[in-house]
Amino acid sequence: MDYTIVIGLEVHVQLTTESKMFSSSGTKFGLPPNTQTDPVSLGLPGTLPVMNRKAFELALKTAVALRAEISTFTKWDRKNYYYPDLPKNYQISQYDLPFSRGGRLENPARRDGGGGSGDVRLIRVHLEEDTGKLIHASGGDSEVDLNRAGIPLLEIVTEPDLRSPADAKACLEELRLTLRYLGVSDCEMQEGSLRCDANINLHIPKDGKKYATPIVEIKNLNSFRSVERALAYEADRQYRKWLDDGLTIDQAHKETRGWDEDLGITKPQRTKETAADYRYFPEPDLVPVVVDEAWIARIKQSVGELPGERRRRFETEYGLSAYDANVLVEQGQDVADYFDEAAKKTGEYKLASNWVQQDVLRVVKERKLEIATFPVGPAALADLINRIKRGELNTNQGREVLAKMIDSGESAEAVIEAGGYRMVSDVATIQAAVEAAIAANPKAIEDLKGGKKKPDAVRGFLRGQVMKATGGKADPAKVGEVLEAKLSEILAS
Amino acid sequence: MSLTREEVARVGMLARLRLSPGDLDMFTGQLNQIVDFVATLGELDVTGVEPLAHGVDVRNVFRDDVVGPSLPREAALANAPKKNFEGFLVPAVLD
Repeated sequence: MDYTIVIGLEVHVQLTTESKMFSSSGTKFGLPPNTQTDPVSLGLPGTLPVMNRKAFELALKTAVALRAEISTFTKWDRKNYYYPDLPKNYQISQYDLPFSRGGRLENPARRDGGGGSGDVRLIRVHLEEDTGKLIHASGGDSEVDLNRAGIPLLEIVTEPDLRSPADAKACLEELRLTLRYLGVSDCEMQEGSLRCDANINLHIPKDGKKYATPIVEIKNLNSFRSVERALAYEADRQYRKWLDDGLTIDQAHKETRGWDEDLGITKPQRTKETAADYRYFPEPDLVPVVVDEAWIARIKQSVGELPGERRRRFETEYGLSAYDANVLVEQGQDVADYFDEAAKKTGEYKLASNWVQQDVLRVVKERKLEIATFPVGPAALADLINRIKRGELNTNQGREVLAKMIDSGESAEAVIEAGGYRMVSDVATIQAAVEAAIAANPKAIEDLKGGKKKPDAVRGFLRGQVMKATGGKADPAKVGEVLEAKLSEILAS
Repeated sequence: MSLTREEVARVGMLARLRLSPGDLDMFTGQLNQIVDFVATLGELDVTGVEPLAHGVDVRNVFRDDVVGPSLPREAALANAPKKNFEGFLVPAVLD
């Protein structure tokens, strides 16, 4: 199957405003149906929308952070269509003069193999209002809940720059990470504050020609995993279909298909009305918005460090590899904040990175904890790392102490005192243990002398015996030194 | 500019209007009169005139992001042709 997969995403995110885009009812999730409405969001005759300043500024902030070109003049349009979730029969949206165009999203290589294809270009970011929700009711009816109608919604459309289902998932995760850093949306896919549709087709080379399959838009993608699964399914389906009927993009219409999570397949949906059918026209009830340089400058200042910048800082300031920097950043702001503070407090950046990745995150995952409420804070972890660095503890002792700190919530100091964890660096003690180990294992010494076994394995065994004899408390570096000295003495004799 | 009968039928479909053949004849005639009247504007030379985005010369009207009271649910549903205790009811939508 030698073909190229071409994917573009259309993402909608609800902005974190208190009130709706054009009226004052709230924006909470999960309230009883139709308890969060007002005359404007119900689309009652005679009502007039008034733009929410916060919504517009959050949208601007997003576009600035995504390096989009901000329009100095933007207006609103009515997108007309009949559907029961849309009480006015039109959605207030943006058509020919959106507030921003273009933009880019970084898409770094991720642990699960996605990403790494370079920046994903954006076509546009625009602002519109959310629609209501349809629930299947009994007796052959659908129930309409308008709590969601009028919540400010940002539409972000990528160019078809993505080349694999894993890449698409990674791009969506990076977008979520970025929007959460910006604080413009909470991006909860399960609550619908982040929604994603995906466009996909294939470019298939054959006999020196390239065949493009008809584009399919996949809807009903309810999780990051389903984005990846649905695209993988759809790529395969399109290839098999092309083998079967040979239809290309010029010979068939764009199709909308819905992802069925349980069956693991995409199914055809109603055909989409074309752009012309929406009969867009300027919204007379809202005046245009003019954005000047001063406003953009003020928004720029409100954009803090973004995930990409943070990765680069972790690399340059802390000397981490690109891989390590990304592992710490891709898991969310809390994890990166935690590492950042621990690293600053110890100055041992690489050690801090290892401890956070290998020990802290492992426990967080195993016990299903949140890093923000992890019982060992970044300062306490830094203190533990410093003790290891100073030679008070070896790494294994450090792990044991950390485990007890997590269980008890106590400081490293208290755990070390109570548990008698002190690394033995005293040469005389180590020397005695080395001699005892050698005396107790004449077979090992013979093996070394005779060169029968692998010498490294024998040395490792002896080192283990010494550690055991000291209750795991000996300084492993010193044990190595003393053991080596003793062995070369014996082998030379 | 002249609208065809097919175009009027299509506009009717988009507006969810059920038009009889007689309706189509009538509205094709009436709509064409309106379109022809508006087409008078085409006689103007608008070279160099910026397209108008809005009829009122006002910009940047905003409200603060402050939550006000929601309508009581009974009031919100009051005018619904069909409803249950919590929502508007419409013919089943299958997607």
